[in-house]
Amino acid sequence: MVVKVHGSPYASAPRRVLACLIEKDIEFEIVPVDLFKGEHKNPEFLNLQPFGVVPVVQDGDYTLYESRAIIRYYAEKYKSQGNDLLGKTVEERGLVEQWLEVEGQNYHPPIYNLVAQLVFFPKMGIPVDQKIIEESEEKLGKVLDVYEERLSKSKYLAGDFFSLADLTHLPFTHYLVTDVGKEFMIRDRKHVSAWWDDIANRPSWKKVLQL
Amino acid sequence: MAIKVHGSRISTCVGRVIACLEEKGVEYEVVPVDYVTSEHKQQPFLSLNPFGQVPAFEDGDLTLFESRAITRYVSRKYKDIGTDLLRLNNLAESAIVDAWMEAEAHQFNGPMKVLIYQFFIRPFHHLALEEQEVETNSEKLGKVLEIYEERLSKYKYLAGDYFTLADLHHIPFIFYLFKTPKAYLITSRPHVNAWWNDISSRPSSIKISEGFDKENSFLKGNQ
Repeated sequence: MVVKVHGSPYASAPRRVLACLIEKDIEFEIVPVDLFKGEHKNPEFLNLQPFGVVPVVQDGDYTLYESRAIIRYYAEKYKSQGNDLLGKTVEERGLVEQWLEVEGQNYHPPIYNLVAQLVFFPKMGIPVDQKIIEESEEKLGKVLDVYEERLSKSKYLAGDFFSLADLTHLPFTHYLVTDVGKEFMIRDRKHVSAWWDDIANRPSWKKVLQL
Repeated sequence: MAIKVHGSRISTCVGRVIACLEEKGVEYEVVPVDYVTSEHKQQPFLSLNPFGQVPAFEDGDLTLFESRAITRYVSRKYKDIGTDLLRLNNLAESAIVDAWMEAEAHQFNGPMKVLIYQFFIRPFHHLALEEQEVETNSEKLGKVLEIYEERLSKYKYLAGDYFTLADLHHIPFIFYLFKTPKAYLITSRPHVNAWWNDISSRPSSIKISEGFDKENSFLKGNQ
């Protein structure tokens, strides 16, 4: 049975899921949800995802939402297939979880603000807030300084293996270095830059960008 | 002692970890961190958590940070003892626990964090409440709690009919919400209120609430 991913292949959180499914060699089908038309707020969609955000997956009778829960599920369910994304021991898994939470709690809020202010809002005719942009860039810079230190000692965030902790950063960082126009934030940091080149050149991410 | 939790018991995120350790019945030691002198923003704390946030956690040679990663690690490592917090024997159930932990982190936490900042952190720094921020975030939190009300009208707990980490992760912040004039956001919703009464009366919850009440010279909440 093919996994149905509800959401657009251009939207960031769905891309997080798609990258994981490709890493794990899992077949999927995309069911488009037009965010600009507000399809994610329709009653039919809200039945699947009551918070009205993408993505949501349907796998036979099973429905699951929140992209970071979905990637954990598939990484675990197909542990012995495709690339290992969780680490081999409880301790390694602990570090994967740590950096997944760092992304969710420390990295995501400022980078989301930059993408919203500089990419989404102009498209939607919403006025931008220069103060939020400046504060978010400063916050993100401080987070990236911690990443620079970490990645000077470790090839990937959770250790010497690529994991969900790195994968989860792909969608929004891609926006940062393209449409947001702040590639310097990555390039000015030697180890973050090398890490970004490594993970962004994975076949799975290249495939996601072609969907 | 092998397990050390670095941070103060008044901290919500420290409470999240302690509640989990209590549910598992695992021994631990709390190593205090002095917020007044910003001990968490300096060495040696930064070598435990380079983001300068509490809690930091040690289990023998392993060091971890991020409370929601620590609770997952503890629940996984000690999965065979204490309360079953992650439903690891059933992957489909476990993923639903994950989905509601993510909902807590990405839907609930945002507005809640702002309210805690407004009612507790600003007064500590002798700053006034920003009324607009309070109103906007109370409204946002209300909308999220509407979704929780619907969910909890069908299930006893967020991930199903069993208590899990998905419920536990909410406990510290809601204890603090009850110290503000915004408790009605919980009490006005019958199923959310019943769920709160249930989860807040667990021995682990009572234990962490004692920690939140202890050092109240730190708290200058607006009542």
